[in-house]
Amino acid sequence: MFKPSFLRQTVLCLSLVFPFSTLLLAAKSDTLQIKGSDTMVNLGQAWAEEYMTLYPDRTVAVTGGGSGTGIAAIIAGTCDIAQSSRSMTSEEKAKAGGQKVNETPVAYDGIAVIVHPSNPISQLTIEQISDIFTGKIKNWSGVGGEDKEILVTSRERNSGTHVFFLEHVLRKGHAKGPEEFGDFVLMMPSSQAIVEEVKNSDVAIGYVGLGYVNPEVKVLKVSQSLEGPFVQPSIETIHNKTYEVSRPLFFYTKENHPNVADFIQFVLSPDGQEIVKVLDFVPLEQS
Amino acid sequence: MKHSRSIQSQILESLIEKAIFFAAVLTIILIVLIFIFLIKEGLNLFKVYPISIFLFNRRWQPISEPPSFGILPLLCGSIAVTLGAIVIAVPLGIASAIYIAEIAPNWLKEILKATVEFLAAIPSIVLGFVGLVTLVPLVKKTFGIPTGLTALSGSIILGFMAMPTIVSMMEDALRAVPKSYREGALALGATRWQTIWRVLVPAASSGMLAAIMLGIGRVIGETMAVMMITGNSARIPNTLLQPVRTMTATIAAEMGEAVHGSQHYSALFAIGIVLFIITFLLNLTASFFIKRRL
Repeated sequence: MFKPSFLRQTVLCLSLVFPFSTLLLAAKSDTLQIKGSDTMVNLGQAWAEEYMTLYPDRTVAVTGGGSGTGIAAIIAGTCDIAQSSRSMTSEEKAKAGGQKVNETPVAYDGIAVIVHPSNPISQLTIEQISDIFTGKIKNWSGVGGEDKEILVTSRERNSGTHVFFLEHVLRKGHAKGPEEFGDFVLMMPSSQAIVEEVKNSDVAIGYVGLGYVNPEVKVLKVSQSLEGPFVQPSIETIHNKTYEVSRPLFFYTKENHPNVADFIQFVLSPDGQEIVKVLDFVPLEQS
Repeated sequence: MKHSRSIQSQILESLIEKAIFFAAVLTIILIVLIFIFLIKEGLNLFKVYPISIFLFNRRWQPISEPPSFGILPLLCGSIAVTLGAIVIAVPLGIASAIYIAEIAPNWLKEILKATVEFLAAIPSIVLGFVGLVTLVPLVKKTFGIPTGLTALSGSIILGFMAMPTIVSMMEDALRAVPKSYREGALALGATRWQTIWRVLVPAASSGMLAAIMLGIGRVIGETMAVMMITGNSARIPNTLLQPVRTMTATIAAEMGEAVHGSQHYSALFAIGIVLFIITFLLNLTASFFIKRRL
């Protein structure tokens, strides 16, 4: 049909033009870039979709990568909003230098400790959970269960969920305590992977945001001490602070994009907070 | 007229030669630049952290206070998975290469070569995903272990990834053995298998060793597939039936969180330097073997 040399030349030209054109497109767009927490990524996307329905001429792009990734991006200026399921560390604040980074709580997230539905254990204290994840207790019999070795799963270090769990559960609230995740703990690439592993293994334990819980795993009730009360995570128990393994979810912004304030206003509005509930997160208390 | 045309074409020719020279040299420049960048970022760590602890300590705790950057469990993880993959891929690879090169009828030879090449074309993450969904539960059930996310699962999948490289190169090595060897062996009364195993394979041995080196190089750099199926537990394994963490998965998982310029950041680049050196040495050894054959 076409001469082979003509085809070759056309392909060559196209392959040179294409990368340049995508560069141009990326530079031109004023898409609102949101990066960060994998826990919040679905929530961010739901907000973005609703926002773009309200304002059809605006575009919002949401990606994950972990809270740490998002914070690094807002400091470096490669995104407009950073989603984070933990607060910035002092090291990160130092990295930001003189730049003003605003922190806005946008929702709460309960962290559920999950096990296989067939596991006889239904409740644990914070101390017991801490001992399981640090390796002090290695067998389910150590907390009153069957004589089987515990398979412990966790999120990766770049996850805000990981950092929160480390500080508030393993270290029982002391952010700089000595406790660490044991080196035997499986670092799973996502909360979804944790759910998959736990639902297929009767000796596994893991922690995920409430939004990832489904009927194929069992959520443990948690208490501060052996006498109880052992509390199931839910919107009510998180709002009245009886379930304590919960954390605020943040937006970090630098206000370098015109639509940022607008977007945040939408997120904090009753419509935005309704989306929070739909996705199984906990909306901010309506004052 | 003739004079001016020849000046024009001379200039044009010399321009073209310079352009393609530049294109060729670009690869070398790129590699050197990558290496310099790695060194610059990675060596920052060793200004404040002793290199002996980095290489030999068993605790990889990059975000504790004080942090511990011992890569021994990561190194062992990479080695365990790589060795396992080679143990699986090399015998299979040698057998396939011998069959394709020496025994298969021509029509089968073409089909087999095409399918092995196709295996190479499958994206590694697809193999990792398939492994996660099919191989991992199978390993868990077969060995009765708490989880199928183990070095063994990683080794099997990586073995499949290394096979095409190994088979292609070994088959080339076997075909490059001069016909006179085969004819001589036949003339001396050797059977077909005796010819292959006692004459051809030893003659092709340096090419085959080069194939193994390159297979190792392919496997040790694999990231996404191992991150999905090896369990990511930074502990020195006693058996292949335990979860491990490779150097590549560590960099992929933690680079996003590391604050630029921090010790953790430099430590990850230092791991990159280790990987770079290992692959470089493997490629060097492979090309040494290839040259010796010629």
